[in-house]
Amino acid sequence: MKSNGCPVAKKKENAHTARSFLIELLVYAALVTAYVFFVIGLFGSWLNGLYHNNKTLYAIAALALIVGQGVVLEAVTSFLLRMIHSRTE
Amino acid sequence: MDFLVSNTHISPVYLVITGFIIGILGGFFGVGGSFLAGPALFGVGVPMNFVVGTDLAHIVGKSIVAAKKHRALGNVDLKLGLIMVIGTIIGVETGAQGIEQLKHLGQANVDKVIGVTFVIVLISISAFVGWESWETIKMQRERERDAEKSGVGVKKLKAKEDESALDHISRRIHRINIPPMITLRVSGIRRISLWAILLVAFVGGVFSGFLGGGAGYIRMPSMVYLLGVPTHVAVGTDLFEVVISASYGTLTHAIKGNVDIMIALVMHTGAAIGAQIGAVSTQYFRGPKIRLAFVPLPLIGAGIVIYGLLAGHPVK
Repeated sequence: MKSNGCPVAKKKENAHTARSFLIELLVYAALVTAYVFFVIGLFGSWLNGLYHNNKTLYAIAALALIVGQGVVLEAVTSFLLRMIHSRTE
Repeated sequence: MDFLVSNTHISPVYLVITGFIIGILGGFFGVGGSFLAGPALFGVGVPMNFVVGTDLAHIVGKSIVAAKKHRALGNVDLKLGLIMVIGTIIGVETGAQGIEQLKHLGQANVDKVIGVTFVIVLISISAFVGWESWETIKMQRERERDAEKSGVGVKKLKAKEDESALDHISRRIHRINIPPMITLRVSGIRRISLWAILLVAFVGGVFSGFLGGGAGYIRMPSMVYLLGVPTHVAVGTDLFEVVISASYGTLTHAIKGNVDIMIALVMHTGAAIGAQIGAVSTQYFRGPKIRLAFVPLPLIGAGIVIYGLLAGHPVK
C-alpha cells in the first residue's frame, strides 16, 4: 500500500482531513455551548414548572430539546462549513 | 449550578468534562457510557432514579452524533438495528416496570438493588471480554508465528475485518433454524433467525430499563459474540439502535418523573464533541484491540458504585 501512493501526497491528505475535522469540531462546540446557554436562560424555569404540572408535556419537550441538540446543531454545522468552504475556494 | 427538577447542585464544568470523556468512549466503543455516567451522577448526589432517566436522555443526543459519524464510515447495519429496536423497547419497558416495583420498597432499596446488580453485571462483562479478546489476540499471534516457521504467508486482517476466539458460538447460533431466517449483508451474516436477534435485543433492553443507559455494555459484546457481527459494525449499529431505544426510555422515564433534562443538556455539551472524536478514532483499530481496550471501563464504573454503596452517601 505504501509503495503505491506518494507518501507526501498521503501526508498532505491526512493533514487536510485532520484540519477539516478540527474546524468542524470547533464550530460544533461553539454551537452546542450557545444552545445550552440559550435553553437554560430561556426555558429553565418554564421546564421546571412543566415538570411539576404536566409530566407528559415535559417528557416531549425534554426529548425534543436533546434531539434538537443532536440533529439540528449538526445540520447547522454542516451548513456553516459548506459556506466557509465555498467562500475560501 | 442549581438543577431544580432533581433538586441538586452540581458544577457544570464537572458535567461537561464527564460528558466529554463518556462521549469519546461512547463513540469509540458504541456504548451509551452509563457505566461511567451513572456512577458519575450518583457520586455528586443525583438520586438514583434521576440518574437512570437523565443518563438515558443525555445518551440520546450523544448517540445521534456518534451514529451519524459511524454511518458515514459504513459501520451501521440499518436492518439489524431496526430489528433490534423492537426487542429492546419491550425489554426497556420490562426493566422500567421493575424500577417502579422497587420504588414501593423505598428509595434506599432502589439504590441498593440497582447498585449491586450494576456491579455484578459490570465485573462479569469486563472479565469475559478481557478473556476473549486476549485469547483472540494470542490465537492471531500463534497463527502468524506458525506461518512464519513454515514459510507460508499469513493473511493479515484488514482494519475492519474481525475474528473472535469464540466464533464457534455465533456459528452455532446461526445454525438455529427457527423461521423467519434473514440475511444481514452489512454485517456479513448469510442466515440467522429473527428470534435470536430479538432475544439478544430484549435482554439488552431489560438491563437498559432497569439499570439506565443504553446497555451497550451488554449489547455490543452480545452482537459480536452471539450474533457474529464484526466489532466495527456492532459499534455503529448499537449506537443507531440506542438512539431509538434510549429516546423511548427517556420518554417513559420523563413521564414517571425520572429525568432532569437540564443536567442532560449540560452533559451533552461535552459528550457531543467527544462522541465525534471517538467515532472517527475507530478507523485506526482492529476488532480484538477495540474489545481489549473496552475491558477497564466497566471496572471503573463498578469501582465508583462500590465506593458509593460502602460510603453510604454521595461524594460531593
